[in-house]
Amino acid sequence: MEKMPQWADVVLVPLVSLLLASIISAFVILAIGESPWAALKLMVNGALGSSYGWGYTLYYATNFMFTGLAVAVAFHARMFNIGGEGQAILGGLGVALVCLYIPWPHWSLALIGATLGAALFGAAWALIPAFLQAKRGSHIVITTIMFNFIAAALLNYLLVNQLKAPGMEPATPKFAQATHLPSFQDMFSFGDTVLFRGTPANVAFFVAVLACIAVWVLIWKTRLGYEIRAFGHSESAAKYAGISPTKIIVVSMLISGGLAGMMAVNNVMGEAERLVLNAVEGAGFIGIAVALMGRSHPFGVFLAAILFGFLYQGGAELALWTSIPREMIVVIQALVIMFTGALDNMVRAPLEKAFIAFSKSHAKAEG
Amino acid sequence: MTLMTKFLSASAALALTAGAAMADPAVLFDLGGKFDKSFNESAFNGAQRWAEETGGSFNEVEIQSDAQREQAIRRFAEAGNNPIVMAGFSWASALGEVAADYPDTKFQIIDMVVDAPNVRSIVFAEEQGSYLVGVAAAMASETGTVGFIGGMDIPLIRNFACGYVQGVLAANPDATVIANMTGTTPAAWNDPVKGSELTLAQISQGADVVYAAAGGTGVGVLQTAADEGILSIGVDSNQNYLHPGMVLTSMLKRVDNAVYDALMAGDALEAGFNVMDLANGGVGYALDEHNEALITDEMKAALDAASAGIESGAIMVHNYNTDEACPVYDF
Repeated sequence: MEKMPQWADVVLVPLVSLLLASIISAFVILAIGESPWAALKLMVNGALGSSYGWGYTLYYATNFMFTGLAVAVAFHARMFNIGGEGQAILGGLGVALVCLYIPWPHWSLALIGATLGAALFGAAWALIPAFLQAKRGSHIVITTIMFNFIAAALLNYLLVNQLKAPGMEPATPKFAQATHLPSFQDMFSFGDTVLFRGTPANVAFFVAVLACIAVWVLIWKTRLGYEIRAFGHSESAAKYAGISPTKIIVVSMLISGGLAGMMAVNNVMGEAERLVLNAVEGAGFIGIAVALMGRSHPFGVFLAAILFGFLYQGGAELALWTSIPREMIVVIQALVIMFTGALDNMVRAPLEKAFIAFSKSHAKAEG
Repeated sequence: MTLMTKFLSASAALALTAGAAMADPAVLFDLGGKFDKSFNESAFNGAQRWAEETGGSFNEVEIQSDAQREQAIRRFAEAGNNPIVMAGFSWASALGEVAADYPDTKFQIIDMVVDAPNVRSIVFAEEQGSYLVGVAAAMASETGTVGFIGGMDIPLIRNFACGYVQGVLAANPDATVIANMTGTTPAAWNDPVKGSELTLAQISQGADVVYAAAGGTGVGVLQTAADEGILSIGVDSNQNYLHPGMVLTSMLKRVDNAVYDALMAGDALEAGFNVMDLANGGVGYALDEHNEALITDEMKAALDAASAGIESGAIMVHNYNTDEACPVYDF
């Protein structure tokens, strides 16, 4: 069977999708009487044109890398974990408890502790849906999305009643100074040149990159990863080969939930330095689009996360400097998600046909 | 070619607006967005009123994530906007960190206190306004059961509920108050369908007056109350007109005035801590042609007495935020 070359699958399809999304976005912007070219320039300059822009882009990208990897790992076992939102909320709770109640001597130890806490809480939140799927056949999509609401309710309850700092705001007290993670500004500014001024990007970005590498190793270089992929391709074949479905469902969901939870190291510990309501802000759902666009490959997730980070930061610049309403910016972001995620086959199928037709005529000419 | 000219002129216009930002004030809205039919919209209306009366213009932003708070404040401060007005308690921690970096810029934050020499903090005595509408609710109720529908279970809304219950019990010590919250995510501030369901549930428990303190969700509460033939109470801005003759009154929280006054003051904005309460017109209840038939003389007299009592200090309405407890209602 003929296929299109790998580079077309990985690079060309997303690029064409992206191009289509931007063309339609341009019409949307034109329709409300603004210039698409100026808007694009503003987005690119604002998100990628300075260390300041990158500081925000990479901050958002870090969030999306964690949640994107979480969805990708579950995808490999053919499970649709849409509970990243709730798992990241619980991860935030783990980070908050670790940072508030343990007196850390140094941020590096705190980072390790918080990462473990976040992963543990996120994984625990994924355990119940995984168990229900493995043992009772309750569909993982239904249970994980319901667990998002339970997580939000739990956090609301804890922040209003147990963990609240004095004052009106439902938020925990600020974490101790010792748990402050070095921001890019702390790390990359030398002498008088201050780079990444005031931006939230922090050392958690490197944790996310490590997580990308770890997931790659796990999925393609380990026995467990092989079992996960085998199970994802065919459950009956995997069973025949002696792979336990229960084990694979539970373990892959635990890894997935742990990764989603680890997002909290970036947004709760690195940025806010306290736990607030609604800290996740939809990153759990963006993770689905990131995983789809990245074809569930860690490197693809890495690139897609940066693209979505760009869309978020570029969107913020649009909101700050133009009169393009916030809702329009959401429309633009949604168009990109729709084209790269949901309408993937619309681009893929014709491209595939074109490639096959091309290679056939090529073969004929040579023969 | 014409398309190209259009692009060019548009980018020129964009550059011009960015340049014209100097010295204009800026208004920063919270995550709910400026058309939330409630708190943010009230702030927006105040700024609009200022712009119409003075012919001035203001910059604004509706943020999409918490990480943008510091970014937005810094951007506007660096662009020379002055004063910068923020609506919502969630701005406090970002403003607390940023304010000192821009000593020449005046900031105003609404619903929270930030202690800095260039920040004006405004908090509203929501419990006082809620107390008054509670008195009205108890007197209008025939069943002796009244309802409260909040947005999210957060201290701010607990303060509304606590003041309301105090007012209800002051007018009718035997009354029952049913309180419900809409949800646990920010969607709760804009969920009219859920508001409608909760109203129906409260009606089935006997409630015949329902007070909504839930942003856009309240629209559903008021609608359902009108459909089912019971009275409702609006919040933040005057919502009496939504269903004339069916909305008993509205608890007014004059966020618009707070924004209007700040923009009027310009860079002469006075820093410090301000409470907008009943005495200075910051909170109150709405009385207009849409509800004058509902507010009986007896009710009016009771409301006037309660207002006078609160202003003179004879009636102390407990503020939930002082000790995070409500003496008359257990959350």
